[in-house]
Amino acid sequence: MKPFEYAKATAHADATAQAANNATFIAGGTNLLDLMKLEVMAPGKLVDINRLDLSEISQTDDGGLRIGALVTNSDCAADKRIRDDYPVLSRAILAGASGQLRNKATTGGNLCQRTRCYYFYDTAMPCNKREPGSGCQAMEGFNRIHAILGASDACIATYPGDMAVAMTALHAQVEIEDKSGDIRHVPVREFHLLPGDHPEKDNILEPGDLITAVILPPPVEGKQIYQKVRDRASYAFALCSVAAIVKMDGDTIASVALAFGGLAHKPWCDEAVEELLVGQQPSAELFGKAADLLLAEAQGYGSNDFKVPLTRRVLISVLKKATQTGAAS
Amino acid sequence: MNAHRKMDKPDTRNRLDDMSQGLVGTAMDRPDGPLKVSGQATYAHEWEVPDMVHGVLVRATISKGRVTDVASDEILADDAIHAVITDDRLLRRPAQGGANEAPPQGSKQVDYFGQPIALVVADTFEQARHAANNLKIGYETEGNAAFDPEAAATETDKPEDDQLDQGDLDQAMRNAAFTVDQVYRTPGHNSAAMEPHCAIASWEGDKLTLRGSYQMLNFNINELADALHISADNIRMLSPFVGGGFGSKLGLSPEAVAAAIAAKEIGLPVCVTLSRQQVFETTMRRSETHQHVRLSCGEDGVLTGLGHECLVSNLPGEEFYEPVTQATHFLYGGKNRKLGIEVARLNRTCGGSVRAPGEAVGMQVLENAMDELAEAAGIDPVELRKRNIPEQHPEKDIPYSSRRFTEALDEGAKRFGWDKRNAKPGNLREGDWLIGHGMAGAARINILSEAKAKVTLLANGSAVVETDMTDIGTGTYAILTQIACDMLGLPADKVETKLGDTDFPAGPGSGGSWGASSSGSAVFLACEEIRRKLADKLGSDERDLELADGKAGTGEPAQSLAVILDGEEISAIGHIEPGKTLEDWQQATYGSYFAEVAVNAITGETRVKRMLGVFGAGRILNEKTATSQCYGGMIWGIGSALTEELAFDNRDGHIVNHDLAEYHIPVNLDVPQIEVVLLKERDEFASPIQAKGIGELGICGAAAAVTNAIYNATGIRVRDYPATLDKLLEGLPDQQQ
Repeated sequence: MKPFEYAKATAHADATAQAANNATFIAGGTNLLDLMKLEVMAPGKLVDINRLDLSEISQTDDGGLRIGALVTNSDCAADKRIRDDYPVLSRAILAGASGQLRNKATTGGNLCQRTRCYYFYDTAMPCNKREPGSGCQAMEGFNRIHAILGASDACIATYPGDMAVAMTALHAQVEIEDKSGDIRHVPVREFHLLPGDHPEKDNILEPGDLITAVILPPPVEGKQIYQKVRDRASYAFALCSVAAIVKMDGDTIASVALAFGGLAHKPWCDEAVEELLVGQQPSAELFGKAADLLLAEAQGYGSNDFKVPLTRRVLISVLKKATQTGAAS
Repeated sequence: MNAHRKMDKPDTRNRLDDMSQGLVGTAMDRPDGPLKVSGQATYAHEWEVPDMVHGVLVRATISKGRVTDVASDEILADDAIHAVITDDRLLRRPAQGGANEAPPQGSKQVDYFGQPIALVVADTFEQARHAANNLKIGYETEGNAAFDPEAAATETDKPEDDQLDQGDLDQAMRNAAFTVDQVYRTPGHNSAAMEPHCAIASWEGDKLTLRGSYQMLNFNINELADALHISADNIRMLSPFVGGGFGSKLGLSPEAVAAAIAAKEIGLPVCVTLSRQQVFETTMRRSETHQHVRLSCGEDGVLTGLGHECLVSNLPGEEFYEPVTQATHFLYGGKNRKLGIEVARLNRTCGGSVRAPGEAVGMQVLENAMDELAEAAGIDPVELRKRNIPEQHPEKDIPYSSRRFTEALDEGAKRFGWDKRNAKPGNLREGDWLIGHGMAGAARINILSEAKAKVTLLANGSAVVETDMTDIGTGTYAILTQIACDMLGLPADKVETKLGDTDFPAGPGSGGSWGASSSGSAVFLACEEIRRKLADKLGSDERDLELADGKAGTGEPAQSLAVILDGEEISAIGHIEPGKTLEDWQQATYGSYFAEVAVNAITGETRVKRMLGVFGAGRILNEKTATSQCYGGMIWGIGSALTEELAFDNRDGHIVNHDLAEYHIPVNLDVPQIEVVLLKERDEFASPIQAKGIGELGICGAAAAVTNAIYNATGIRVRDYPATLDKLLEGLPDQQQ
């Protein structure tokens, strides 16, 4: 661990000002501290934001929920309003990490968790994300957990989280306060970036930006499903996960929101796939077409080739369950 | 006073059965348990040694070549940094179990990626780690490194004494009614013990005290002495508590020598602890294996031929190789046999013993092949195994010692409800889940090792057991206490067992499942000697002596030991040595596994729903600790079957998944309620206490029960372990229905 300065932020402005001046926020630290021990990340200064007043889940004027950035994953998943109205979010959170980690990990921090690419974690390996321009060892190496969608020649890492996948399906917004005190809202769908030529940049945050909350829109009707596929029953990152919110109108699909984890540098969503499904009657053929469309550009890199057929199977299965008429789950 | 026994003939007296207290065999709680659960058991890193500083090993980031430059000056400018050690005595890899001498030394030559090449010592661990991370190393690489065991260019050799060609297997295969001819692969493993390797070295003049986490102090002390070029008489090693070993702490590992050199050089005690990543990169790996199995049988299912030819790997020059065929030699019959091992020479982390070397992977595959043969022959898998249990050793003209294989198979089948199994694969579905049942046999060689232990009956009537034997979580404290209690007629709180100190008589160390029976026998022999002294005092024959509740007498225990001892204490050293019974009888432990799995028909994810193990391992010394050993072995079997794999990057041989986030051992949710049944058995050929080893038996074939169940569930044979979902996807039922 490289020696670093440590400061406690007492107010938002204090926090954003320090961050603008090359400091890194620490909340739960469940990912950051590991990365600092390995010197994958070596910030010169940490600003502890745990004392900021961002730990509430409150109702918004339009009937949605505002989840403070410091609400822990455990508290978020256990919140009755979230369990009742946004079960896909509770399920996604509970599918990740362990009880101990969820007790520490925060909503804002979880959005910012970094990839689990083996080569990113090993400072002896070239990695464009860790050290821009040094190369990508994963591309021709062991890449079982890597991306099949939206990757670039520079990076095939995946965003590893579950929570943001559900938030993507829910059309949640990230509330961000910048160093001038201005607040902006960015859809979770646009928060994470594809690697392109700049894989070192995981998301749209600029120096000084502080995530203050995630805003959930008013509850939507329909069946909510989160299915996570992984190598062991718990405490493993998704090889593929699907968040689905599907509303039926009689025997046609009235609305659908889909998001995928473990496939790309960001929670993956494809509006063309959603559009294809809306207004249609569920059928194996339709679901097959949806999977074809989703995976039309998919590319494996060797050890992750299986993710293409796996995702196809999981999507079809989730759509079948989501469109089955009967009690909403 | 010494009580020596060489195990040249069976001990049929079963003396422990005659002791009136009957503590041996019961599920007595570990005497060390309260210390462990309250954080008071001092593990290696937890010793508070005054003035101690910290060292962190620096890893090589090339795979083969030489270190040409270490930019020590840059980091030594920092006052917190005490030293950068690049001594010629540093270990390049750990010693093999029982080596008794230093492994290859010198920090200049690099044989594998991740090899320790220097030690950075600083005031704090964090400072040392940072400096080690940033120490610039110059290398001269050699381009002819080998990373792929199966590549044509990789050099291989065949250990001469592990090749068997008996009869004519090719002909047996041609003439057979049914055959299996398949190649299976198992991946490398790391022991990944919960406690990372650690050593604290402190010197007083020429005397070195090394507190560490090691399994076999009796050998480790000589390895350390040899590495440092000093006499073992000047070393004391302490390992009273070891947080898991599984083979990775059998031989001395690099942190010990590095700590000792550094402590001498800077004149302060030095603590060197491996990070989790270093545990993966620099401690022993279990070799991956490539196993070609051929089985042939007649219409009756009786084997006519058995082939088991294996490719494993290790560093050039290492004598150890994964003894994959160890149990294949004796478990099943078949006149025509071809068994052999070939070793690929790779620049990968050193290969060594990992829990049940040989059987863990060999039985896993042999029992898959037997399942395939059972199906080909249309014979129930349990029945097929029973038909192939030979009368005599199929390769040597020797009988078996106690062998409860048939009973384990029958008992397991009965308890599991095997008769209700649907033999047709892919036929049972519950929602998205395909349900299957599988079984496998278990076998592991039995080893008795030379061991000494001192027992002292104190004048106050309590006793102390002392040996440098270790307790690596296995229950040594409990079982040695139990044996001494029963032999001396003392309640458990009147016996104190002291372990893990080289000032005590040399034990066998913990490894190869020999620890309990060997050190237990030494304690038993010492206690017999003490009983003889007591009998002398009472003027009676030792055989007529009754001891219980701290009292002794002839016929019945009447007088308190303190009164009989009258201010004296009695000490004896028990000394057991293996003898002819180990050569003239095939000694092994046996068992059976039964598993029910559910395989997700959509995703290929496998979950074990229930698992049963039935084992015969001679006298069970403590039902609770023995059962726990079996749980642990079977859980590793689940991991072996489904998730566990050292992933190597074949461009430079480095271990890609060198932490517990990506090296997937089973978590709680992967492990169902496991049932373990221990059969009553006494093996008079094995040891004077009729006990055999049980520490490894739980893993020796366990994975095969799981993958055989996967086949039963899905009709898919995964022959390339682990059976991760990607290997099942293609064979799963079509979704479009």
